[in-house]
Amino acid sequence: MTPELGQLALVLAFLLAIAQGVLPLIGAWRGNRALMAVARPAAAGQAVFVAMAFGILAWAFLRFDFSVQYVADNSNLALPWYYRIAAVWGAHEGSLLLWILILNLWTVALAALSHKLPEVFAARVLGVMGLVAIGFLAFIIFTSDPFGRLLPMPADGADLNPVLQDPGMTFHPPVLYMGYVGFSVAFAFSIAALLGGEVEQAWVRWARPWTNAAWGFLTLGIVAGSWWAYAELGWGGWWFWDPVENASFMPWLIGAALIHAQAITEKRGGLRAWTLLLSIFAFSFSLLGTFLVRSGVLTSVHAFASDPRRGVFILIFMAIVVGGSLLLYALRAPKVTGGKPFDIVSRETALLIGNLMFAVAAAMVMLGTLFPLIGDALHLGRISVGPPYFGLLFPLLMAPVVLLLPFGPFLHWGKADGDALKQVALRAGIAAAACAIVAAFFVQGQLKAIAGVAAAVWIAVGVLLYALKRWRDMPRGRRYPAEMAGMLLAHLGVAVFVIGVLLSESLSVTHDVRLAPGQHEVIAGYDFRFDGVHRTAGPNWRADQGVVTVQRDGHTVAVMHPQKRTYAREQVQTESAVDAGVFRDLYVALGEPMDANNIEGAWALRLYYKPFIRWIWGGGLLMMLGGFVCAGDRRFRIKRIAAEAALPPVEPQPQESPA
Amino acid sequence: MSLFRWQHPSGRSAPCARMPFVESPRNSRRAQGALLRISLVAMLVIAGHAFAASGAIEPLPFKDHAQEVRFQNLTKQLRCMVCQNENLADSNADLARDLRLEVFQLMQQGKSDAEIKRYLVDRYSDFVLYDPPLKPGTWLLWFGPLAILLAGGVVVTVAIRRRNRGNGAIDDDKPADGRQAGNAPADMGDDW
Amino acid sequence: MKRFVPLLVFIGLVGLFGFGIWWNSWHDARYVPSPLIDKPAPDFALPKLDAPDQTVTKASLLGKPYLLNVFASWCVACAEEHPVLMTDGRALGIPLVGYDYKDVPDDARRWLREHGSPYDLVIADQPGRTAIDFGVYGAPESFLIDAKGVIRYKHIGPLTPEVIARELQPAIDAVKREAP
Repeated sequence: MTPELGQLALVLAFLLAIAQGVLPLIGAWRGNRALMAVARPAAAGQAVFVAMAFGILAWAFLRFDFSVQYVADNSNLALPWYYRIAAVWGAHEGSLLLWILILNLWTVALAALSHKLPEVFAARVLGVMGLVAIGFLAFIIFTSDPFGRLLPMPADGADLNPVLQDPGMTFHPPVLYMGYVGFSVAFAFSIAALLGGEVEQAWVRWARPWTNAAWGFLTLGIVAGSWWAYAELGWGGWWFWDPVENASFMPWLIGAALIHAQAITEKRGGLRAWTLLLSIFAFSFSLLGTFLVRSGVLTSVHAFASDPRRGVFILIFMAIVVGGSLLLYALRAPKVTGGKPFDIVSRETALLIGNLMFAVAAAMVMLGTLFPLIGDALHLGRISVGPPYFGLLFPLLMAPVVLLLPFGPFLHWGKADGDALKQVALRAGIAAAACAIVAAFFVQGQLKAIAGVAAAVWIAVGVLLYALKRWRDMPRGRRYPAEMAGMLLAHLGVAVFVIGVLLSESLSVTHDVRLAPGQHEVIAGYDFRFDGVHRTAGPNWRADQGVVTVQRDGHTVAVMHPQKRTYAREQVQTESAVDAGVFRDLYVALGEPMDANNIEGAWALRLYYKPFIRWIWGGGLLMMLGGFVCAGDRRFRIKRIAAEAALPPVEPQPQESPA
Repeated sequence: MSLFRWQHPSGRSAPCARMPFVESPRNSRRAQGALLRISLVAMLVIAGHAFAASGAIEPLPFKDHAQEVRFQNLTKQLRCMVCQNENLADSNADLARDLRLEVFQLMQQGKSDAEIKRYLVDRYSDFVLYDPPLKPGTWLLWFGPLAILLAGGVVVTVAIRRRNRGNGAIDDDKPADGRQAGNAPADMGDDW
Repeated sequence: MKRFVPLLVFIGLVGLFGFGIWWNSWHDARYVPSPLIDKPAPDFALPKLDAPDQTVTKASLLGKPYLLNVFASWCVACAEEHPVLMTDGRALGIPLVGYDYKDVPDDARRWLREHGSPYDLVIADQPGRTAIDFGVYGAPESFLIDAKGVIRYKHIGPLTPEVIARELQPAIDAVKREAP
């Protein structure tokens, strides 16, 4: 299967994307059913050809076809087959192919599950997805072709970046993209709603499961990335507020706000314009992330300038998509404030405050990330923005959210019951204070740790109180609808996350030490004994491997094997040894030997004790689970429409209101 | 056009860790002239791909654990000038090692954190700090989020007030779009 | 009207990004302006590369402006800059002082023998401690120091004929105009 077939497949996909993007939208506008009906088959066809292209590229990797430049740059003969597949998305061109593949996955799912949607609306939604696909396929075909040849063909390739040769890293991009790209569905729904003049009132309900699922994937992707950084980058850190990370965090924050805004709009009819705007923002931030990472505009992360042509291309694409949608919003968003009224103390208000904080947080992250660029533009000199900025402002902005969280489900729509709220506040407050006092004894007055315990208990008790209330008040089978269960899980996840972050940050111990074989070092009650270093090898690397025995209270807790690996072309990678535990991680990284010629002598080692660090990812996983569970609620599935109205324009009829 | 290339004194290419998935310069082979040179630059800088803290692990003779913690916290707030996406604590670069030693010696001399930071800023500019200093150039950065929050707060307050003045009685828990009209039975979970 | 706010903000952002791409295409991504411009150069006392027992101090170089060029045998970009210094260095009209940075002296001497030396004087900073005072963070870098020992201009990266014509020569001329 020659790579040129892959190029052909991409071109065919591109043509089908044009069909899918343009024709149904014209059809919807004109009431032409034939044109509208093009959407699903075009989407299916496009997916087939993109999958073919992807398969051809993967096959080229598996077959060691170094005549393809991209394969030669990202793999070599010693690379195991599973990393060769991961290498497909290991660099720019292939990752774009993954992007469009995942876009097609979502589109096909949408096409399959949208038969019960009104025809015009479905055509618009699929059409918008097609327009997005046009942009990405054009980007790939015209500037980032993964199938370019390298002639004469080299005997062996370069290698996949060793940092990517790790299970976490192979998993992270596809999952992350499922999230990024998944927001295009909510985007497509809102554009379709705007185009149709929002005749379909229930479009928000149809959008909710897709949005929740996409957000769940994005959460998982970010968790995977954070866990990978911790395991692979060797510094024991799990988040650096690096521009690339921020690029994934901004859509996450907007997505979280969107999920909650959709709830208000769906159930109370209010905030329609804001929900529309957030849907546009969420996908816009996904595109922004794509732009920032590939255009080289953020110069502090990249040590070089990327091809400006690519930057310009994405920028124009983004300008059209985002600018076009914002223009559409400005012209057609509902001008009348609709929806049921609500009291100052009500669920709507709480959700609005939450939305505000998330939106401001996203804006703050964007401001901090882009500020070096603003500094260049305004000739303010080279400005550096890093963790001290983000790490200060983000918790400050999230504090009101943490405070409000236990009250959420107890607040009724419209007007809340003050007594119930007082009870929650009292119980959760007492529990939080009590746990904080207990914690104070254990952590020797570390304020961050105490605050973390208090905040987490405050949230968790609120969640538990509500779960208990439902258990008592409702009959079996109706206690925990999926939407609510998802909410409880996700909010519990927040509590777990908060305690994980604050405890691990305040109580971690890091210590650099020089040890000869047989020597010990004790940190946090754990006795680390260095047992020397010997040579070892793997499929495509050789390494110096150390042995460190960890004991506590006399018996052996772990035997750890930190490595310093050398891959092809002298690329060196430190593989730290991690002993994972529910309540603590032990982490050892190998430094340099004291005597470079004698690896069996003394070495410099870095030892870490990291309590509760797994709770950070555990909390994230709970949030992800919450998102997926909520997406699965039967209430969101589209029921058969009683009757199809005749075209043109669909008149909203109460009894026809699609569920 | 100025080109800047940094190379490690021992002859290895730069040991800067790279967040993966950054565009590989090899893919921009269609770049013209000067851009091609920049790509070469990048190839030299990136080809080394040494990761993680192996060079950054150096046991220093701290007086006690508290001093070690202070050193770790301080170097985490400083940027490595060579591997500019890493902090001074974690960077493998040779200059980072030199600067860590410098910071250590300044600590031994009894200098405070602020004095040590001033020392480095005098030589390398504010860019060496991850914490942007508050000065007219960074007002937008530090006060921007507050301004956005206040503006948003006003909008939200107005929105709430407007709803509050409302259209009739404030009822609760009834869904807005006529679903009660027979499609979704109440026990589908909309009773909260 | 407030419906147009997001669009307007976005247009502003697009402008910023367009600027960013343009800026990036001809600016060095890692360039950081020096805080030492118009400040006195740090005091230093470094051995000569050829005669390590002889020390060169800042004071001994006062009285005439000179160009201090940071280089090393391990630095590939320095090899690129080297021909420019060999041809255009003389034409600058001021002494060239080579600053051998974190290098093994034998390697440096061999490198200069192979490539030729455009320098009037070469000093060696093997530990790199003094370089920190100069705010050096890589090689090559060039400092224009005036007769009173004040740093007037710094260039990061290899010197090219364009940079010399556009920036360095005018800076040298300005410095020369002050002193007779």
